[in-house]
Amino acid sequence: MLKKFILAAPIAAMLSVPSVHANDDTVRVGINLTLSTPASILGLNSKAGFEVALKHLGGKVAGKKIELIFEDNQFKPAIGKQKSEKLVKKDKVHFLTGFIFSHILAASAPVGLKAGKFVISSNAGHSMFAGKKCHKNFFNSAWENTQTPMAVGQMLNNEGVKKLYILAPNYAAGKQMITGLTRTFKGKVVTKALTPMSQRDWSSDLSKIKAAKPDGVFVFYPGAWGPAFFTQYAQAGLHKTIPLYNAFSIDGANLPIFQKRNMTHLLGTMNANFWAPDLDTPANKRFVPAFKKHYKGQFPAHYAAQAYDALMLIAAGVRAAKGDLSNKDAIRKGMEEADFESVRGKIKFGKNHFPIQNFYARKVVNKNGQWQLSKVGDAVLKNHAPTNSAECKL
Amino acid sequence: MDYVLLAEQFFNGFQLGILLFLVAAGLTLIFGIMDLVNLAHGTLYMFGAFFAATFVQLTDSLVFGMILTLPTMLVTGIILELGVLRTLYERDHLDQVLATFGLIIFFNELFLIVWGAGGTGINLPSYLIGTSELPGGISVPDYRIVIIISGLLVALLLYLLVSKTRIGMLIRAGASNREMVSALGINIKLLFTLVFGLGAVLAGFAGMIITPITQAESGMGEGMLILAFVVIVIGGIGSIKGAFIAAILTGLIDTMGRSFIDVALMSFMDSVAAETAGPAISSMLVYILMAVVLAIKPSGLFPPKGA
Repeated sequence: MLKKFILAAPIAAMLSVPSVHANDDTVRVGINLTLSTPASILGLNSKAGFEVALKHLGGKVAGKKIELIFEDNQFKPAIGKQKSEKLVKKDKVHFLTGFIFSHILAASAPVGLKAGKFVISSNAGHSMFAGKKCHKNFFNSAWENTQTPMAVGQMLNNEGVKKLYILAPNYAAGKQMITGLTRTFKGKVVTKALTPMSQRDWSSDLSKIKAAKPDGVFVFYPGAWGPAFFTQYAQAGLHKTIPLYNAFSIDGANLPIFQKRNMTHLLGTMNANFWAPDLDTPANKRFVPAFKKHYKGQFPAHYAAQAYDALMLIAAGVRAAKGDLSNKDAIRKGMEEADFESVRGKIKFGKNHFPIQNFYARKVVNKNGQWQLSKVGDAVLKNHAPTNSAECKL
Repeated sequence: MDYVLLAEQFFNGFQLGILLFLVAAGLTLIFGIMDLVNLAHGTLYMFGAFFAATFVQLTDSLVFGMILTLPTMLVTGIILELGVLRTLYERDHLDQVLATFGLIIFFNELFLIVWGAGGTGINLPSYLIGTSELPGGISVPDYRIVIIISGLLVALLLYLLVSKTRIGMLIRAGASNREMVSALGINIKLLFTLVFGLGAVLAGFAGMIITPITQAESGMGEGMLILAFVVIVIGGIGSIKGAFIAAILTGLIDTMGRSFIDVALMSFMDSVAAETAGPAISSMLVYILMAVVLAIKPSGLFPPKGA
């Protein structure tokens, strides 16, 4: 009996802990990111973006304090879902945001939406949320997965690439990248190689590239794949003859690593993105130096830029509702209007709540001894909306 | 058929085989002699990679850094054996799997904290960057030739150690009949410690020589571990010779499959279907090989005598 009581007491105590977040003088923002495992290099950049936005808002909106609650999903959809449930039920957040990876977002978004919360993806651009699965309370402050590779495809046309060799890891995002790229690229695709996710040695692919003699190689190798692939590309001597293009493989998060390892063959390589650190907008001019000051002197990656906009978007919604967090319709209307200065200029949302925006070509340059991505010329895609937007019945 | 590509892919497959052998040799000894299922063998591979990268950066010399790595691996292996694994010999395989799996998680996160999410790496000195032209228009990166030669040298040394020395005799005896060796008054505990240390050095050597190519990242050992288990099962658990032949076979089949299966499929399928099926089938090939070998020879190609 005593034993049972000893076991039961702490459980009862846990159940009876009153919610620590009962008062609504605070806007609580739950942020679900990948903050451990090698993939955390992206999540940590994003986290810093949220923190800079909080600083620029002065920690307040419409007279209410903003509280950021970060959770680590450990790069696992199931843990991500648990963390979302914790944020929604225990922390009683008003907004659920973050999400770097599409498959983790897909598992988590329903948790927030079913509880009537606003869900804002600050990176993951799973195509289904722009189309059939769009939702009145779902927003995306980044892009839809196929848009960026579509911009790369257009950039390759402009660069005069006629024969292209494509490499991507064999999973959902890898396939969506190839779908987007081949939608706009007009030349011939010699090979679409889907490599195993565990692959770290590309020797057989590099031999095949050499034999195929394309005008360009396109890769989608984010995170830990990139450094290994780019190293081997140079070791095989291919960088001298075949230019390398990418989507989401070289950015502010990994450029410091490439520079430290002196991978000079990456200087001059191109990718495309909706944003660049030197994009000439008033908000970007405030954001970039503040981020560098906040985060190890590094340039922000787009992960941070989108996170910054996600919190600014939330603030715009709360401001429009004059701080009344129970007035969901007013908040939603405010977010749709997005009356704030985004790092990309003004955000214009489609009815699926994905931005309609420009995409730019970017090149790796060495500016004052620090490697960074610099915008090249005018937008390659102008006012571009996700291709499947029409499938959204909102 | 493009013979230059074929020859280059053969070379690539051989190099993968050499690397697999280095990891599998230690695994097969530890499993075969000590009857220990060591899932953390891939962690030792990761240790080798990070130690080598750190030493190379500190000494600013590839050769010195790599020379320092090997004794460090021996010490690491011995510490792990004395501290953790020694307590597991009397337990059943499930306990061993659980404990060594715990080691994997612990060290992956520890390395992440120490070296950061971006990992680390080794930059090759300029004399090793570049490609060599072989007869017939075949060109291969210089450093991959270094891997093959050094891997073959280690294999030769291991062969001499196992077949020509007293320690080697004990190792072979241990693989064949563990109880008899200890009944004959051999200090089996010491032998186990040495075997584990040797396995750690071999795995560390593999992680070390591949780091200039793949870079070092937390969790890098797990993919290698699975292939190494396939290799030792094909080769016969406890057999160094079996591990060598099975490793080369696995390396060649894996590389050749990935290079040519989509082309082969395209001859009778449309290209979209072949592009989808190609990666799926090629990643299955080594497991199919394992299944076939197990069906014909259940204890592997070269099981140690008496086992």
